[in-house]
Amino acid sequence: MKKAKWVVPTIYIIFLMLPIYWLLNMSFKTTTEIINTYTLWPKEFTLDNYKKIFTDSTWYTGYLNSIYYVVMNTVISVAAALPAAYAFSRYKFLGDKHLFFWLLTNRMAPPAVFALPFFQFYSSVNLFDTHVAVALSHCLFNIPLAVWILEGFMSSVPKELDETAYVDGYSFWRFFFKIFIPTITAGIGITMFFCFMFSWVELLLAKTLTAVAAKPIAATMTRTASTSGYELGLLAAAGSLTIIPGAIVIYFVRNYIAKGFALGRV
Amino acid sequence: MNKTVNQKAWFFVIPVFVLVAFNAIIPLMTVVNYAFQETFGNNVFMWEGTRWFKQIMLSERFHASLGRQFLFTFIILFIQIPLGIAIALTMPKEGIGVPVCLVLMSMPLLIPWNVVGAMWNIFALPDIGFLGHSLNALGFDYNFTQQIGDAWFTTILMDVWHWTSLVVLLSYAGLRSIQPAYYQAAEIDGASRWAIFTKIELPKMKKVLTIAILLRFMDSFMIYTEPFVLTGGGPGNATAFLSIDLVKMALGQFDLGPAAAMSLIYFFIVLLVCWVFYTLMMRNEEKS
Repeated sequence: MKKAKWVVPTIYIIFLMLPIYWLLNMSFKTTTEIINTYTLWPKEFTLDNYKKIFTDSTWYTGYLNSIYYVVMNTVISVAAALPAAYAFSRYKFLGDKHLFFWLLTNRMAPPAVFALPFFQFYSSVNLFDTHVAVALSHCLFNIPLAVWILEGFMSSVPKELDETAYVDGYSFWRFFFKIFIPTITAGIGITMFFCFMFSWVELLLAKTLTAVAAKPIAATMTRTASTSGYELGLLAAAGSLTIIPGAIVIYFVRNYIAKGFALGRV
Repeated sequence: MNKTVNQKAWFFVIPVFVLVAFNAIIPLMTVVNYAFQETFGNNVFMWEGTRWFKQIMLSERFHASLGRQFLFTFIILFIQIPLGIAIALTMPKEGIGVPVCLVLMSMPLLIPWNVVGAMWNIFALPDIGFLGHSLNALGFDYNFTQQIGDAWFTTILMDVWHWTSLVVLLSYAGLRSIQPAYYQAAEIDGASRWAIFTKIELPKMKKVLTIAILLRFMDSFMIYTEPFVLTGGGPGNATAFLSIDLVKMALGQFDLGPAAAMSLIYFFIVLLVCWVFYTLMMRNEEKS
C-alpha cells in the first residue's frame, strides 16, 4: 500500500514534465533536424539557438522589459495593498464590504474585455508602449489579489499586538513599520510571489499596450513566429528561458507555497 | 476578530481605490460608451440604445461561442477537481518528497501563457511532436489542426496539464490542516478508507475546494492566450471560446458596438456566477 501511493504523483509529474522536456529537446536541435527527422533527443547538439537570443538585442531586451515591468508592478501592488489590507483587517468603515467585493470583481474581469479600452486609454494619456503602462494595467488584477492575501495574513495577527504597541507609546506609523510589517514578512513574501507570477504569465494586456520599446519577451516570440517563418528551435529556446525566472521564484518560496494556498486567497 | 468602527480607515484604502479605479472604471466606461452608440471615427457618436445588445443576444455566433465556453469550462472542472483531489490524497506527507512534489507540480503555473500554448503546439504536432507522433504511431488518426475532436482533446489536455496543479496545491493545503486526532478516532471506530474520505477529508476540504472551483471557473471562462496560440480558435471556429471570439470582433473586424455589448454581457455572466459563489463562501465562513 505504501509503495503504491507513489505511483499517482509520479505519473502526474512525468505527465507534467513531458511537454517541458520536449521544449528543451527542441531548443538544442538545429532547424534542419527538427524539420526533417523525429528524434527523442538532439542528435546534433547545438547551442546556436541560445547564442542567438543572448546576442541579438531584439531578443534579450524582451526579457529585460518583462522583468522590468513585473518588478515594478509587484512593488506598486504590494506597497498600495499593505495599508488597505490593514484597514480591511482591523476596521469597519462605510462601504467596506462592498468595496472589498468590488475589488474582487476586478480579479474576475476577463482581460479580453479590457484590451481595447486599455489601448485607447493609455494612448490618450501618452503612456502607450512604456513599462509603466503595463505595470499599471496589471494592477487591475494584482492589487485585489494582494489585498486579499495580505488581509488573510493580517487577520491572523492578534489585535493585542497593536494595542500593546500604542500603550508603549508607539505612533501608528512607527508601529506599522517597526513591528507590524516584520511580523507578517512571510505573508508579504507570498503576496509578492503571486503578484510576480500573475504579472509574469499575463500576456494579452502586455502585448496590447506595447509596440517596440517595452515589448515583453513572450510577445517577441509570437511576433517572430509569424514574421520570420517557422524557426522552431529559436522559439523553443526562448520558451525554455521564460521558465527559468518562475523556477527560481518557486525555489525560494517552496516552504511557504502550501501555506499561501492554504489561506485559499489567490 | 472584533473590528472597531473607524471611518478614517478610508485614507488607508485610497491608494488602492485610486489605482484600481484608474484601471477599472475609466476603461469600463469606454466599453459602456461603445455599447450604446455607433461611431464612424473622429469621436462622432450616435445613440443606438439597446440595439447592439439585442443583436448580440440574438446572434447565433454568440450562442455558439457561449455554448463552447460552457462546455469547455464544465469539462475541465469535471476532470481537474476530482483528479486534483486524488493526487493530493496520494502525495507524500513528510520527507524530501514534499518539496520535490510541490516545486515540480508548481512549474506549469509559472510559465507564460503563450509559451504554454507554443509548447503544446510543438508537443502535439502530428509529424514532429511527441504526443502527435506517438498517437499516430499507435494507430490513431490524430491531427489537432484539422480535426475538431482532436483540437478539443488537445486544448482540454493542455488545460489539465496547466491548471490541475492549482487544485492539487489547494486540496493538499486543506488536507494538511486536518488534525491527526480525527484519523485516530476513525481508526478506533474501524472506518473504511472511503468513509474517512467522505466523512472527514471532504468536509474539511470544503472551503479550499470552493475556492478551487471558483478560481478554475473564473480563469477557464476567461481563457484566451493558450488556445489562441495552440489552435488559433480553429479548425474553423471549433475552439473559438468567448474571449477569442470577442477579440476577433473588437480588434479584428473593429465592430466596436457589438463587441462592447458582448463584453458587458460576458462580464455580467462571470460576475453573476462569482457573486453566487462568494455569497455561499462567506455564509459558510460565518457559520464555522
